Amino acid sequence: MLKLYDHAVESRLLLGTALYPSPAIMADAVRAARCDIVTVSLRRESGTARAGQDFWGFIRDLGIRVLPNTAGCHTVKEAVTTAQMAREVFGTPWVKLEVINDADTLQPDVFGLVEAARILTKDGFQVFPYCTEDLGVAERLVEAGCEVLMPWGAPIGSARGLNNVYGLRSLRAHFPDIPLIVDAGLGVPSHAAAAMELGYDAVLLNTAVAKAGDPVKMANAFARAVEAGRLAFEADPLEPRDMAAPSTPVLGKAFLE
Amino acid sequence: MTQVSVIGAGVVGLACATAMTEAGHDVTVYDRGEGLGPASCSWWAGGMLAPWCEGESAEEPVERLGAEALDWWAERVDGVARNGSLVVAPARDASDLRRFERRTRNAEKIDAEQIAELEPDLAGRFRQALFFAGEGHLDPRAALAGLRQRLAEAGTRVRYGEDRDPETAPGDVVVDARGFAARSAFDDLRGVKGEMLVLRTAEVALSRPVRLLHPRIPLYIVPRGEGVFMVGATMIESDERDRISARAMMELLGGAYALHPAFAEAEILEIGVDVRPSFPDNLPRLTREGRILRANGAYRHGFLLAPALAAQAAGLVSDPSSQPEFFHEHHRQRRTA
Repeated sequence: MLKLYDHAVESRLLLGTALYPSPAIMADAVRAARCDIVTVSLRRESGTARAGQDFWGFIRDLGIRVLPNTAGCHTVKEAVTTAQMAREVFGTPWVKLEVINDADTLQPDVFGLVEAARILTKDGFQVFPYCTEDLGVAERLVEAGCEVLMPWGAPIGSARGLNNVYGLRSLRAHFPDIPLIVDAGLGVPSHAAAAMELGYDAVLLNTAVAKAGDPVKMANAFARAVEAGRLAFEADPLEPRDMAAPSTPVLGKAFLE
Repeated sequence: MTQVSVIGAGVVGLACATAMTEAGHDVTVYDRGEGLGPASCSWWAGGMLAPWCEGESAEEPVERLGAEALDWWAERVDGVARNGSLVVAPARDASDLRRFERRTRNAEKIDAEQIAELEPDLAGRFRQALFFAGEGHLDPRAALAGLRQRLAEAGTRVRYGEDRDPETAPGDVVVDARGFAARSAFDDLRGVKGEMLVLRTAEVALSRPVRLLHPRIPLYIVPRGEGVFMVGATMIESDERDRISARAMMELLGGAYALHPAFAEAEILEIGVDVRPSFPDNLPRLTREGRILRANGAYRHGFLLAPALAAQAAGLVSDPSSQPEFFHEHHRQRRTA
């Protein structure tokens, strides 16, 4: 079973809670996805922590583990403050750490990310960093105390799938024992299955479900894809080869031509 | 004759009073405000009557019941424009326009030439748009005043400056239409913050609401006549109603500017902020406790759904055993954390 900071999780699909047509549909989608963990953005727009508590009440009512995130933070200081606020609101040391560099692609600022991860880990947080597939950055994050890494598949909300399969594969090979979660950029269930087939431990997504025409159905589709991808990985799939390999022996067969 | 007290003179309260007056009941409306004004979130509404556009993300009843709202308003107040609405997207978000088209009904895809015909000031700015010919819009403040006028003519009193408690208000039936102020009467009514601007410029003229598809907020501009435009609106899970954020202001102005650069020189007449009373499914509800009938949760669809909500509320007053669509006999209890 997958363990994230000593917490065993059954489901390998993590869902975000933003952008749904209504809180009721969000809750139905989370149930359809059968996930154990949801992420929630401590929207800085909510102003005071108190003002957004009705929505956070819906999240708590789901009765599953919450991974608060620092979505939309562009500096180390913003991210650290948001993480501290999240700890207060949700009473968890977990935080999905986002430090964004560029407004157009929402690429992580990997330097700020490492710095914020160091500060938060020292402060007792268990950090899930949203990072790229860069090995050097990943090593720094692990040194900073991160026990889980969350490389992107593609830019947030872009629905492009796995942009750099080679990079993700080498990250997996480089860190065989650290839980790796593909976070962001997935569009359709086959993207999630592909990530799982690469040996990733889980996937995290939001827009692909929330903005689908039928979010509940799409959540169900992703849940099945993640399960299929994981089963396929465990079943040790074949490597591609150049020549055909007949599934029935050719030798001795009566050819009619 | 049933004596009805309606508490709250926002769009839901006035629509209920109208429907119940029309049904022959003896209605009095109470509102804690000093008159039609910013105390009610209806004051800040966009006034789009756009059931098919809303159908892009709203539940099915919004489209079906909202479609009836155009006639309801046009039959009762002046100034309901039925010029349709336009949906445009920046060139880089063309895929959003395709998705919007796929998920809505009753739209016609039009090209740059047709856009220029409909809205000459948008000529050359967008290559394609969706035109929802059957939609309309109104000025919410004028429409509320129109309903009030109509009620006065029918002998229904609207008493401002009276903060009535539904428990102690007079009448055989008390309709609680206080919106977010009735929050403590529900266990799952929440606020969804909305921020809007009113701009004035003589350099742009529009005949119909224009929506600009935007990845984060449904941004729209509604012409109010005489160079005045309403720009709305943010959707934030928060019950904070006393400040607009710099970011919201920036996004609203950025949207207006993207639609037409002349908005950069517009005068900012008003900055509005309030919260929309909303239930978890973002659909309105009617609930009943003894003689108190509560109509609430219109979310961002006050002007669109108030007619249907009012008709159903009036139906419940005339026939207490009826089960109208928005009626929740046992509204869902939210578990406490």
